[in-house]
Amino acid sequence: MSSTKALRDGPKLTGPKLQSALDATWSRPRGLIGWLSSVDHKEIGARYIVTALIFLALAGAMALHMRLQLMFPGNRLMTPELYDTSFTMHGTTMMFLFAVPVMQGVQIYLTPLMVGTRNMAFPRLTAFSYFVYLSGGLFLWTCHFLGFGPDNGWFNYVPLSGPQYGIGKHSDVWAQTVSFTEVAALAVAVTLTTTVLKQRAPGMTLARMPLFAWATLVTSLMVIFSMPAVELDSILLLSDRLVGTQFFNPAEHGDPLLWQHMFWFFGHPEVYIIFLPATGFISEIVATFSRRSLFGYPIVVLALVSTGILAFGLWVHHMFATGLPRVGYSFYTAASIAVSIPTGLQIFCWIATIWQGRPRFEVPFLYIIAFFFTFVIGGLSGVIIAAVPLDLQLHDTYFIVAHLHYVLIGGSVFPLLGAITYWYPKLTGRMMSPVLGKISFWMIFLGFQLAFFPMHISGMLGMPRRVYTYPAGMGLELPNMLSTIGAFVVGMSVLLFVLNLIISFGGKEAGDNPWDASSLEWATSSPPPGYNFAHIPAVESRTPLWDNRDTLPVVYGLKAEERELLMTSLISAASETREPSAMPSIWPFVSAAALAVLFVCSVFSPWAVAFGVVPLAVALIAWFWPKKPEPSEEAAIA
Amino acid sequence: MSFSGFQTMLGADALESSNFLTLFAVFMAVCVVMYLLVIAALLIGMWRGRSSREQLTVESGRHHETEPAFRTALIGWTALILVGLTALTIASFFTDRSNASVAQNPGLTLKITANQWWWDVEYTSPDSSKMIRTANEIHLPVGVPVEATLQASDVIHSLWIPNLAGKQDLIPGRTTDIQLLPRKIGTYRGQCAEFCGIQHTHMALDVTVESKADFEKWVAAQQRVAFAPTTPLQLAGYRYVTTRECSACHNITGTPAGGTIGPDLTHFASRRSIGAGTLPMNTGNLYGWVADPQSQKPGNHMPTIGLEPADLHAVVAYLETLK
Amino acid sequence: MTLAPAFTEDVSKLESDGFGTLSLTWWGVIGFMLIEATGFALLFGAYFFLMSHEQTWAPQPWHPPDLLAGTLFTIVILLSEIPNTLAKKAALRLDLKAERRLMAWVLGFGVVLLVIRGFEFNSLNIFWYDNAYGSVLWAILLMHTTHLATDFGDTLVLWLLIKTPHGEQKRRFVDADENALYWRFVWGSWLPCYLLIYWLPRLFQ
Repeated sequence: MSSTKALRDGPKLTGPKLQSALDATWSRPRGLIGWLSSVDHKEIGARYIVTALIFLALAGAMALHMRLQLMFPGNRLMTPELYDTSFTMHGTTMMFLFAVPVMQGVQIYLTPLMVGTRNMAFPRLTAFSYFVYLSGGLFLWTCHFLGFGPDNGWFNYVPLSGPQYGIGKHSDVWAQTVSFTEVAALAVAVTLTTTVLKQRAPGMTLARMPLFAWATLVTSLMVIFSMPAVELDSILLLSDRLVGTQFFNPAEHGDPLLWQHMFWFFGHPEVYIIFLPATGFISEIVATFSRRSLFGYPIVVLALVSTGILAFGLWVHHMFATGLPRVGYSFYTAASIAVSIPTGLQIFCWIATIWQGRPRFEVPFLYIIAFFFTFVIGGLSGVIIAAVPLDLQLHDTYFIVAHLHYVLIGGSVFPLLGAITYWYPKLTGRMMSPVLGKISFWMIFLGFQLAFFPMHISGMLGMPRRVYTYPAGMGLELPNMLSTIGAFVVGMSVLLFVLNLIISFGGKEAGDNPWDASSLEWATSSPPPGYNFAHIPAVESRTPLWDNRDTLPVVYGLKAEERELLMTSLISAASETREPSAMPSIWPFVSAAALAVLFVCSVFSPWAVAFGVVPLAVALIAWFWPKKPEPSEEAAIA
Repeated sequence: MSFSGFQTMLGADALESSNFLTLFAVFMAVCVVMYLLVIAALLIGMWRGRSSREQLTVESGRHHETEPAFRTALIGWTALILVGLTALTIASFFTDRSNASVAQNPGLTLKITANQWWWDVEYTSPDSSKMIRTANEIHLPVGVPVEATLQASDVIHSLWIPNLAGKQDLIPGRTTDIQLLPRKIGTYRGQCAEFCGIQHTHMALDVTVESKADFEKWVAAQQRVAFAPTTPLQLAGYRYVTTRECSACHNITGTPAGGTIGPDLTHFASRRSIGAGTLPMNTGNLYGWVADPQSQKPGNHMPTIGLEPADLHAVVAYLETLK
Repeated sequence: MTLAPAFTEDVSKLESDGFGTLSLTWWGVIGFMLIEATGFALLFGAYFFLMSHEQTWAPQPWHPPDLLAGTLFTIVILLSEIPNTLAKKAALRLDLKAERRLMAWVLGFGVVLLVIRGFEFNSLNIFWYDNAYGSVLWAILLMHTTHLATDFGDTLVLWLLIKTPHGEQKRRFVDADENALYWRFVWGSWLPCYLLIYWLPRLFQ
């Protein structure tokens, strides 16, 4: 059979006729089974974002409760057990169920659109990872509501979490939640990496790729090299607790510090995994609202890559108080101070872009301004604690709580809120209310400062972390009261932001490119059709939509009646092959369910691992087993 | 807010904590300057965009152009960061060296073992008759370098006396150490700074820095065996404490009570607080603690026994003699 | 789209189902290998960290594992690369008959290897619960066994698949090529495991 028999897009098949053919090819069945079988990255990305925001709300509620407890010295609102569970669930939920998943969710939604392809590289794997993530979150919170959720802090140090002192299932629940979330995150990282490297639009060389895509690539590689550490650590812990290994038991040649080394080897890159995607948002938003291409593109790329690499060499700065040899500490001080240099260069490039452009102060841009004011404080407090003599006082006090919230909220959440406002029109076809947007912006920006700035002071006045109360007479009353008030202002502003998200479904219609931005996701409709682009775009510069105002250069010849996308070469993005793309399938959901059963049951008995592998294997085989080969000249993935 | 607080790193009451304040001031100075530069650049950059001069934007078709001055500015900014950060790293290094100098000639050695949720303190000495054991408090002579070795019996804890020095973790299976060189007489408070379980919040340490003379007096008092009971009530309390539940966990030197699971009580009544900083030491709190330690410090390892009122009076009366 | 398309390049003549870097799943397999290699590297790191606390390794009075089963395993798995490489070449030249035959040989080696692996667990001379040295030895052996067993399973399923008419699709040859690649990871990762389990505990007695 000749290949010209298949219907292909091109000058002869374009416009509405093409669109209806592609709609039929790229749609999924309706109903619950259809929803569970979806492999559309836009749908999966949106699910990730909505689910992550729900976990944000749950973790935020924990925080507000704790702030009420800490409002007065000697307060008895919460028992010590409840308080310990609360700070653990707050941290664990924020780090594992909100921060990384929301960043990956945005990346899943936007990456194929931004690089000009029709779907992610491994659509079913992406669907699978969402269900694994969701199961992990449901598992954690169900166990919490049943009274045996984790209560030993989000980094769960041994020996307190080990078999001797960690009574009950709390610590096992923490460890297994990590298994869920890390499997999901690793799967997404492999998919994103492959998509960015091999599915870019023809002509989108690495040097023309949007900085958001660079941030996605670097972050995903960081996930690949760091998350196995926390996964392995939690397996070693489960193994000590459930089958009697001695990894962390000093009485039997083990070492509690093994836990810390391995955890922080993950834990430090983790915070950059949360921060670097935000730098991707900032680069895109700054360019669009300054009305020019970003100054210093190669510098920003170098900064991203060097931050990603350097981040792996810092972890001992979380362990300065553990009594390791002082001579080794100096290296980590130097490295921890040095890692601020690439970020400092990115900041220069962003400000230089604004300076040479004509800024438009719309809500997304306001959040970037808030980022500058806030994150830089967090970064500088980070430089302070990089010095060992300073860290030995400040470690494990509220100064650290202040620092980490300044960098995480200032550095990631503010840009995230800006990003959601910026890309909401693309997802929904509507604009968010600017009035409500500005109100919630000012509330969260100022509320945040009120909540967290005083914590620098309370830390220096002697308040350690993870205490459910404090004595009167240490000067801690005022900073704690201010923090509590600020926390509630932040809580209200988040509610307002969510309200804005909901009511804006009926907002002003957006059109394809409401911000007049330059990158490819704005070249298709809002929301995009299932197939993203009727014809795969081709690009000739870093700012395709600014350099071609009336037409969109495209390649043509992909099949319209089978799912197909284009693979291009690694560096120069020259067209290489046509690759079939996966159809909707229920097996990712079934496999995730089987994996969830395996993980949950193995918390209660190690035999579950042996038995649980069987349904998992069956589901995976069904996933990969191809459908009956049709009489076409090329196979499809089905 | 108080700079004269008893548990604050702004106190600068010892060598290391003074070094902290100096180094912190140096870092703050550099960081504030850097912050102001970034914000100034941001504000100027935003303001310039509102001017009427032609900007390098997509509207003017010049969105790919850049002003050459920015390349120079980038190099300048990078150089400034490098200089600033190098200066800070060097300052940190010198502070480290100064702090390490305390270890050279200790005049006093301690051994502190952390437990869930109390501090076991020994003053070591080559002469075993001069050794002292106490709990949840330390006295130090001003101006004398102290070397304390640190161990943990159960989980990881962290010893932190901010007025005197930075913190050091106490880790099961390892021995760490901390050096202190107090410079100001006063009473301070330390607190466990690594989450160690349900009563991590109430694991404090009372610290007294005093003149050499006062310190020697305290040492002599600590080396004495426990005072004998004198009144009948105290005697009844003595009998209860040394024969019933209390002696299973607590030691009172000079009596049959020789338990080592809980804090040493030989000179209990001379301490400033009960339950490792949970309650100030006074008669009322003593009653409350002995009657129901679980309601004062829920989850701690001292069980609520439920003493008869007569026994309670007797025990408290006896404990108050243990000065 | 509001923007009118300007047609540039016709991609309809490009091939589909390329091998190696031209296959998306090849990149996925590389990604997975990076993850697993990181996992092994970290476990080796834990091994060296625990070893650094000891005066002797294996710690007294424990004896190092017996050499026979482990060395036999190493020899057999290296030999298994012969049918594996031949299978890979058969896949690249789209030779279905040879592919089916050679993959069966790889599976045969796999069965033998799994049996020897059972004997290895028995010859470690320590249990996982005895001390951290025993725990880490068992952990390394178990981690590698997981890879061995799952790759054996993958190969078995693929072999069954290509015995059906599905085997004639070009995509299956790409799968077979990538499967052979992963087998190389399985024995490649074994070599450092072998040294750490069987040789290092003899060198520092």
